[in-house]
Amino acid sequence: MTAELHEELTDPHAGEQLDHGAASSRPLKSRISEPQPRGAKIRGNRPVDQSEAANRFMAATEHEAMHDARLWDLRQKRDKEMHGIEEWEELRNLASGIKEHTLSKLDYYLELFEKNATANGIKVHWAKDGAEHNAIVLEILRSKGVELLIKSKSMLTEECGFREFMAKNNVEVIETDLGERIQQLDDEAPSHVVVPAVHKLRTDVASVFAKTIGSDPDNADAHYLTECQREATRPLILSAQAGMTGGNFVVAETGTFVVCTNEGNADLSANTPPLHIASIGIEKLIPGLNELPVFIRLLSRSALGSPITQYTSHFRGPREGGEMHVVLVDNGRSERLGMEKFWPGLKCIRCGACMNTCPVFRRSGGLSYGATYAGPIGLIIDPTFNVHKYRNLPYSSTMNGSCTNVCPVKINIHEQIADWRKTLAGEGEISPVKKVMMKAAGEVLASPVVYRASLPLGRSALRHLPHFMLYNKLNTWGRKRDIPETPKQTFNEWYRRNRKSQSEGEKS
Amino acid sequence: MLVEDKGIPMKVGLFVPCYVDMFHPETGIATLELLERFGLSVEYPVDQTCCGQPMTNTGCEREAAKTEELFVRNFGKYDYIVTPSGSCTNQVRNNMTAIEQTEAVKHVRSRTYELVEFLHDVLKVDAFPWAEFPHRVALHNNCNTLRNLRIASMSERREEPFSKPKALLGMVKGIEFADLTRPDECCGFGGTFSVFEEGVSAKMGQDKVTDQLKSGAEYVTSSDSSCMMHQEGCARRMGVNLKYIHIAQILNGARA
Repeated sequence: MTAELHEELTDPHAGEQLDHGAASSRPLKSRISEPQPRGAKIRGNRPVDQSEAANRFMAATEHEAMHDARLWDLRQKRDKEMHGIEEWEELRNLASGIKEHTLSKLDYYLELFEKNATANGIKVHWAKDGAEHNAIVLEILRSKGVELLIKSKSMLTEECGFREFMAKNNVEVIETDLGERIQQLDDEAPSHVVVPAVHKLRTDVASVFAKTIGSDPDNADAHYLTECQREATRPLILSAQAGMTGGNFVVAETGTFVVCTNEGNADLSANTPPLHIASIGIEKLIPGLNELPVFIRLLSRSALGSPITQYTSHFRGPREGGEMHVVLVDNGRSERLGMEKFWPGLKCIRCGACMNTCPVFRRSGGLSYGATYAGPIGLIIDPTFNVHKYRNLPYSSTMNGSCTNVCPVKINIHEQIADWRKTLAGEGEISPVKKVMMKAAGEVLASPVVYRASLPLGRSALRHLPHFMLYNKLNTWGRKRDIPETPKQTFNEWYRRNRKSQSEGEKS
Repeated sequence: MLVEDKGIPMKVGLFVPCYVDMFHPETGIATLELLERFGLSVEYPVDQTCCGQPMTNTGCEREAAKTEELFVRNFGKYDYIVTPSGSCTNQVRNNMTAIEQTEAVKHVRSRTYELVEFLHDVLKVDAFPWAEFPHRVALHNNCNTLRNLRIASMSERREEPFSKPKALLGMVKGIEFADLTRPDECCGFGGTFSVFEEGVSAKMGQDKVTDQLKSGAEYVTSSDSSCMMHQEGCARRMGVNLKYIHIAQILNGARA
């Protein structure tokens, strides 16, 4: 989906792309560009420090400014599309209701799909986790002697560590989504569910392509870079023996599935080789084709602010002489479905609207979360995969609630973030600093006498901020903010002096 | 002013949030005086501390329980509890769940109002004859106040535009509104977020201040002091000369 994005956006570097080539006999050297900040440091099972990575992203000011502007632009385009649809809020209600219904009868719809898909000639497989998924796909590929696989973008395969697994088993995987291909060549995970390389400047892409496919390192023209990539990848696509896609919607009553892209890359993956494997999470089910348009109308409007994706492809069965497989993957979804507060996360249709609107995400970059899913939806899904490793993520939010209100399927994201904080604190998965600070705050604030005594004495500046506000020694408030001046008297003191006679709450 | 269902004079308890008490007593005073202008009997229970939000916001619900109990003890006897803070109101109304939900707790939770919504929805004020503020003002809505208390329409939803604070400020003589490019964007305060996630918090604050500056505003006003304390802190450090004033002060007739 990246192509459209790059073309349409107001580029902070507008005009620079014309420097090269247009009237010059030699390529103009680009100015020294800001190196791309990398994502969160992953240290085994230790809790990911999102703020540390976010601070590095913001220190790369060009990257941060571009990232914020690009994603905010998507949010604005989404708003414009929303205003064009009178029944927008009703559509959101419908979409949410359909997903809730389907999830509440998931076993029924899954089996219905399996039955109908099988009748259509599709081979249906069941995988309980990522490892099982990878093994099933490898077995299919080996049975056909496949060494080169083309694949369209899929967050599920990211969950499964699919590419790494295939590399170990000597199957070459080529991503067909441009943004995903950039990320693959850079050996980096996607930073966003819809626009995987949105954290990169064109100069970053030029540098990746120069190293990997031999393009001119000083040419960051988008058309040039896209063309180089096309030249390098098309031959591989044409010689691949198998193609893989995800699936946006799985239609139970017809036994078919639907894939939405803007680059046609799923069609490229599915239709070029004779073998098509689709890996799909079990939450992608919808009852029938009648329900599909509700989601089609919401998906691209929410994601990119376009009325519909360029391609909405229905896969109904193998073509003549070909094979079609669907691997239905659980990978923690059944368990999530049983979580009283967190099951609504399964309604997600991966539009990325919550990321585009999230003020923290826009300033941090998706890779700062150090998890498959970044941004608001990531904060509530990632801990279901590994509660310890991702225990800090629910704190990477101001809980402003914008995410919940752009969500096309009405997931109560910001409420779940609050619920995760409670759950984590309840399970002891909270950082000691927070725990100590809040325990102290709870004690102080429960007692008027202790509270009043803890207030700044002398009140000349913030070194006197009360302990419960600045329990840590670091004084993080004052790094980039001035401290409020403390007035001569608190309101409480003023009231006692000026209104004491009226006060019934006054102690004798 | 009578309690509508009882026909007796309305008794209002004033809750002054901890940071208003400490850093912005003038906001508490303006709130008290403003409510009194409408003939209300207003009391400030002097043993009050906090609504429990810092602990709840961090997930430490158990640690909030005693503070919540104290809040209910302080405010149980009033017909209405009014506070110049939307985020504290949201805490009491929607998140005060660490303690047993007795009748007293339910009463306090359902009767706690943020000042603007109290003036707009309960008192249905239609004039502030004493108020005049001939300045260009940018309005900031706290996110809890905007999206949880629904004090105004939000840009995320397709709904009829409305704004309770703007409706009230519109009755102030001489006021002029400055438009922000991202009016609903969070300023990055976020309660304990401002301390635990200092980097992103400050960056969001700086961006908010830049937007306010570009709007040509002289003043920024809000019904939440917490966001403004953060924004003002950023503005001062950036050397930006914007002035921050609580909406209670403007409505109470502050001139500048």
